[in-house]
Amino acid sequence: MSILILADHDDGQLAPATLNTVTAATQIGGDIHILVAGDASGEVAKSAAAIAGVSKVLTADDAALAHGIAENVAPLIQSLASGYSHLLAPATTTGKNIMPRVAALLDVMQISDIIKVESADSFQRPIYAGNAIATVTSQEAVKVVTVRSTAFEAAAAEGGSAAIEAASGSADAGLSSYVKSELSSSERPELTSAPIVISGGRGMQDGSNFAMLEKVADKLGAAVGASRAAVDAGFVPNDYQVGQTGKVVAPDLYVAVGISGAIQHLAGMKDSKVIVAINKDEEAPIFQIADFGLVADLFDAVPELESSLG
Amino acid sequence: MKVLVPIKRVIDYNVKVRVKADNTGVELANVKMAMNPFDEIAVEEALRLKEAGGADEVVAVSIGPSQNQETIRTALAMGADRGIHIEAPHEIEPLAVAKLLKEVVAREEPGLVFVGKQAIDDDCNQTGQMLAALLGWAQGTFVSGIEIKGDSANVVREVDGGLEHLEIKMPAVVTVDLRLNEPRYASLPNIMKAKKKPLDSMSAADLGVDIEPRLTITRVEEPPARAAGIKVSDVAELVDKLKNEAKVI
Repeated sequence: MSILILADHDDGQLAPATLNTVTAATQIGGDIHILVAGDASGEVAKSAAAIAGVSKVLTADDAALAHGIAENVAPLIQSLASGYSHLLAPATTTGKNIMPRVAALLDVMQISDIIKVESADSFQRPIYAGNAIATVTSQEAVKVVTVRSTAFEAAAAEGGSAAIEAASGSADAGLSSYVKSELSSSERPELTSAPIVISGGRGMQDGSNFAMLEKVADKLGAAVGASRAAVDAGFVPNDYQVGQTGKVVAPDLYVAVGISGAIQHLAGMKDSKVIVAINKDEEAPIFQIADFGLVADLFDAVPELESSLG
Repeated sequence: MKVLVPIKRVIDYNVKVRVKADNTGVELANVKMAMNPFDEIAVEEALRLKEAGGADEVVAVSIGPSQNQETIRTALAMGADRGIHIEAPHEIEPLAVAKLLKEVVAREEPGLVFVGKQAIDDDCNQTGQMLAALLGWAQGTFVSGIEIKGDSANVVREVDGGLEHLEIKMPAVVTVDLRLNEPRYASLPNIMKAKKKPLDSMSAADLGVDIEPRLTITRVEEPPARAAGIKVSDVAELVDKLKNEAKVI
């Protein structure tokens, strides 16, 4: 068996979720290759080649492959697919955009967002916002799989010395072109890989009140997240959203502030190691899954928390 | 231009899902069903495009058992012009759905397909991308803004790090995200009117598509339960527990 992983990157840096996907591939077993498709992504290829357990890195460098344009990347993966038993990608917005297009081109059904490898052809994945876990078996000739990064440890970023080879076959399909990005700039750690996350919900009342959470986050080295309710209310941008339709996080510590705990939110954070809930409504469902619950007005508790962290 | 909107009938998002005792799936009997919330956003966007003069017909299509006609009627009550029901079993995979939709597209020749980015039952997030692949069309996924300019569309995509703007050539498939719009409620007069709107019915076999499942679901189970912890009395106790007991700060 051999496995091809689509690296997630921005042409400058390899996204950490790629490391978790390598671990999933290791559990499947077989030769592990990584495809770095992009434009001038030589540094990314070097990082990929250094990951422990990877035997080969394929690079495809073309202006048409910049920004992960699905219409251009998917045919490239299709052309490389023969000889591989599995095609994997992290279930990031890039992987989720490209891999179903690859699966359809290959006429196979994709298995989305796996959280456990049972065997080379059997996987567990959450359904109904994580309220049920399905074990899915595939007899497809090539298994197209996206991997939930929080469910797998990261592979060691150093220690490997894979060969780097150029892959050909890319072209511009002429269907989509990149215009621009508006990326949230933050000095804080990235939400999905941060060791501590502090999130606010509708109880925050206003976007400006998130400054309170940011102060705590800066003392803890934490990322700041939000519930869908807070995003819908316009308090914070959508890339803060933790939940079924947002990001899935599993930090060592998750602090939910003014979040009631709708099942859609719990779907995105209930695998966190330690959960703290601060809410003035003692009946809030979030308390049913919190390790430490504090029934208090967040406008008193959060500043007090910040000052007590020194 | 015609806009095609595929809609899925799913368990209502407010319902607490229960796994069947025999671990073959989740309990669907006597459970409230509704249109997939993301598909409601797709219907709304198609209607807004039509109201702004950018489209002349909105066609809703749903694949599944006969009850899916109720879901189509909901879209018609919101304002869609016409419905197409494709009779199929409830459990049908995204690849088969995409193949059926490809045949519908061949017959209807829409300029745009608006569809929800994922269904809240199987959480697959595949159908739109697969349909675009089978048609050889451009795809704009997880879209929270769209502007049509002649034969192309500028879309704003919700990506992990923020927003991404793409220009996609039409015809195209657009999968919609939460912040695109707030779907309207159907008014009572419109619900009455919807009953008279045309709704065609056909089977998967009529479209010549093999819908046999490719994957086997061998077991469905409850996720491991997370036990409730303790209540702390104040911030000082919380910080103490986090430092000395959980050792996470």
